[in-house]
Amino acid sequence: MNSNAKTLTVTVDRFDGDTHYQTTHEVPTRDNQTVLDVVTWIQQHDDPTLAYRFACRVGMCGSCAMNVNGEPKWSCRTHVSKVVSGDASLSIAPLRNMPVLRDLSVDMSEFFDKWTQAVGYFVPTKTKDDPLSEITSDDRARAKANQSIECINCGICYSACDVVAANDAYLGPAALNRAWTLMNDERDGARQTRLDAVSGDAGCHNCHSQHGCSTYCPNLLAPASSIAGLKRQTLMNLLPWGPSDD
Amino acid sequence: MMKHRSHPLWKAFLLHRISGLALALFLPIHFVILGLALEGASALNTALAFSDLPFVKAAEVGLILLLAIHLLGGIRILILELTHLSWDQQMLSRSAFGLSAIIATIFLWSAL
Repeated sequence: MNSNAKTLTVTVDRFDGDTHYQTTHEVPTRDNQTVLDVVTWIQQHDDPTLAYRFACRVGMCGSCAMNVNGEPKWSCRTHVSKVVSGDASLSIAPLRNMPVLRDLSVDMSEFFDKWTQAVGYFVPTKTKDDPLSEITSDDRARAKANQSIECINCGICYSACDVVAANDAYLGPAALNRAWTLMNDERDGARQTRLDAVSGDAGCHNCHSQHGCSTYCPNLLAPASSIAGLKRQTLMNLLPWGPSDD
Repeated sequence: MMKHRSHPLWKAFLLHRISGLALALFLPIHFVILGLALEGASALNTALAFSDLPFVKAAEVGLILLLAIHLLGGIRILILELTHLSWDQQMLSRSAFGLSAIIATIFLWSAL
C-alpha cells in the first residue's frame, strides 16, 4: 500500500449517551482506502473513544453499515475514492431510523424484532425422518426466493427507507424481503400466518415504492420488488378462488 | 442531509405524489365549472370564456403534464405491483416522464 502526504478531512457524528456532537479529523489518505479503514485509523491514532462496529471487513457480516456523506453504505466495501471527489471532505454518521447507542453504533433490536413480527423464520413441515424435498434450480418459486435470499442483515435498506422514518411500526424492507423468500419456500408451513402478519397496518401496503431499499442494498437485492410480490400475494389471497402460490 | 433521496426513483415517487395532489386540487374546480351548466348556458359560457385567457391556456398545458405524469407513473407502479415483469424501474420512470413531456409539448404546440 503506497502512502503519501495527503490527508482527508473527516467529520464524524458522535453521541456520548447524552449529547450529540461532531468531531473533525485529518486522516492520511492511502490507495484503495475504505471508509472502514478511515474510521479504524481515527480510533487507533486520533480518538480511541470512537465507537463503531465491524467484524468480517469483506462484506459478509453486515455489521459495519453507516451513513457516508448522507447515504447508507457498508463501510468495509466502500472505497473513499468512490465517495469523495477532489478535495471534498468525508462525513460519517450512524445509520438512520435506529436509536444511536454511542457514536456510530446503533441499537438494532427493533430492526430484528420486526423480522420476528413478519414471521421471518422458517416453520418446518417435516421431521428428520421424512425424505428431503426435491426443489429443482429451475423451480419458479425457488427462482423468486433466489433473487432475495442473500440478505446480510446490515440495516442499510431500513436506514434508507423514508416510510420507516415516518412510521415507527412499519416492518421495513429487510423483514418484508425475508418474509417474501419464505413465502416462496414450498417446505415452509406458515405461509398464511406470515401473509396475515405482513399485510397488517405495519405491513407491506405501507410501502410507497420509493425504492431507497433497492437503490442502496449493497448486495444488489431488490426488497422493493419483494414487497410488491407480498402486495400481489395479499391481493390474490382476497380472490374467491383462494390464495395463489403466486 | 437528504442525499439518500437523490436517486431517480425517489424523484419519480415525489413527482407522482405532487401531480396527484395537484390533480386532487383541480378536480373540485373542474366539477364546479361543469356544474354551472345546471344553472343555464350563460353561466357556463361565462366560466368557459375565462379559459380563453392566455395564462389559463398555459395552466391547461401544465394540467396535461400533471395528468400524463400521474397516469404513466401509475402504470409503472401497477406493472411493479400487479405483474411478474421485472422491468428496470428507472428506465420505466424515465420513459414515463419523457413521454409525459412529449404529450404536454404536443398540447402546447396545438394551443399556440
